[in-house]
Amino acid sequence: MENRIQRILLIALVMGFSQLLSTSTFAAQDEDDSERDTGVSNVRVFDPQVERREVDRDAIDSENWELGVHYGIISIEDFGSTEITSFSAAYHVTEDFFVSLNYGETEAGLSSFERLSGNVVLLTDEQRQYSHYSVALGFNLLPGEGFMGKDLAFTSSFYFLTGLGSTDFAGDTRSTVLLGGGYQVLFNDWLSMHMSLKDHFYDIELLGSAKTANDLEISTGFTIFF
Amino acid sequence: MTLNKSEIKWHLVFFLTIISFAVNVAHAAIEEDKYQQVEVAEPFVELHTGPGRGYPVFFIIERGNTVKLIKRKTQWYKVKSQKGTLGWVHEDKLARTLTTNGQTFEIDKPDQQQFVQRDFETGVLAGSFEGATVMTLTGGWNWTPNITAELAFSQAIGNVSDIQFVNLNLMHQPFPEWRYSPYVKIGTGAIFTQPNATLVQAEDRNDEMVNAGIGLRIYISRQFFIRAEYNSYTILTSRNDNDEVEEWKIGFSVFY
Repeated sequence: MENRIQRILLIALVMGFSQLLSTSTFAAQDEDDSERDTGVSNVRVFDPQVERREVDRDAIDSENWELGVHYGIISIEDFGSTEITSFSAAYHVTEDFFVSLNYGETEAGLSSFERLSGNVVLLTDEQRQYSHYSVALGFNLLPGEGFMGKDLAFTSSFYFLTGLGSTDFAGDTRSTVLLGGGYQVLFNDWLSMHMSLKDHFYDIELLGSAKTANDLEISTGFTIFF
Repeated sequence: MTLNKSEIKWHLVFFLTIISFAVNVAHAAIEEDKYQQVEVAEPFVELHTGPGRGYPVFFIIERGNTVKLIKRKTQWYKVKSQKGTLGWVHEDKLARTLTTNGQTFEIDKPDQQQFVQRDFETGVLAGSFEGATVMTLTGGWNWTPNITAELAFSQAIGNVSDIQFVNLNLMHQPFPEWRYSPYVKIGTGAIFTQPNATLVQAEDRNDEMVNAGIGLRIYISRQFFIRAEYNSYTILTSRNDNDEVEEWKIGFSVFY
């Protein structure tokens, strides 16, 4: 009994195998035929079905521009300290240096002379409008990481600025030299915070004799990279 | 409706915020597959925490592994390893990587050859305009390697007046392939003179001007060059005599 069952199964197995073998040889024959056909009749160009991907540098998103808004205090020589809002645009040329455009505006206060003498007015309201712009070269110094707690670190660096520009104040435009520096912390790739101190100095002859005025500005701001 | 200055300021702040959000969303929207991929061919590359040599190395990717190029900042590339680690690699380290089809990935660094074949240039120059401090912003289009059309906006601030002028110049450089490449230029423009408030009888003036000049471009590296030039301006005044003004300036330019 057992033997018969074994024999039936064996036969079935052999038949199955032989069928498998015959189909596979068939397939092999088919391939042979097709190869022979193409070899004789026409030459087919080899066409690999592989996706070709060139690396294109320009297609990689670059983030060298930085735009920002800053808010702080400027002390306008002889005319008190006022709050100032400024805008900056910078282009990062290398990791070390950048070119920066700055524009700031505010309104000057009263000079001590005007305050003490009572009714003397040196400037009209329009002349009291103060604005300056500058084009500056910036150098990054002491790059590194700043830690907040144990696990959170932000990249940061100090920078130094030197530039030229102009100051519009008391009805005239004066050529201005900018010297300054700051500290920048990057929260991620595109958002950063600045704290900066700048000196804008220019020659002014408003109060009788000519002199060099130093307008010191301290400000905090946020910038985005794109 | 007129906006006062503080309103304009807050509008700008608002727009900056919107832009920053938009940028963020756009970044998130980019699919993984969109990033280009290279294979490390150096024994290893070091990943820095930020785009600068001063930021610490925190990870290493060995030869044979692939990295995705996410973005770049100056000469640094932000890459993503196969396991998802993000870090910054200098472009020199990627110069010997392979693309997926096995070819060397050549980073297209700007060089002197591209300087000769540049299409556009922008720059800033500073110097002396007949004793007054002058600052100029320029933008130029290189029609051929020899001929450039340029628009220049200048502000000269002297002891007695604030002068602004705009010029359209045509420049010719006979030897564009030289590292120190000289040029000649001619141009025309308009000049606006605003005397200082402390002067009593002065009036604002608006005149036309013509100019000619010679200069030198000095290629430094990458996409940067220095420009120095001398200009002679003739201001066509409404008075009997024209004004002749000499100007010297030097500056920094970028080409694209």
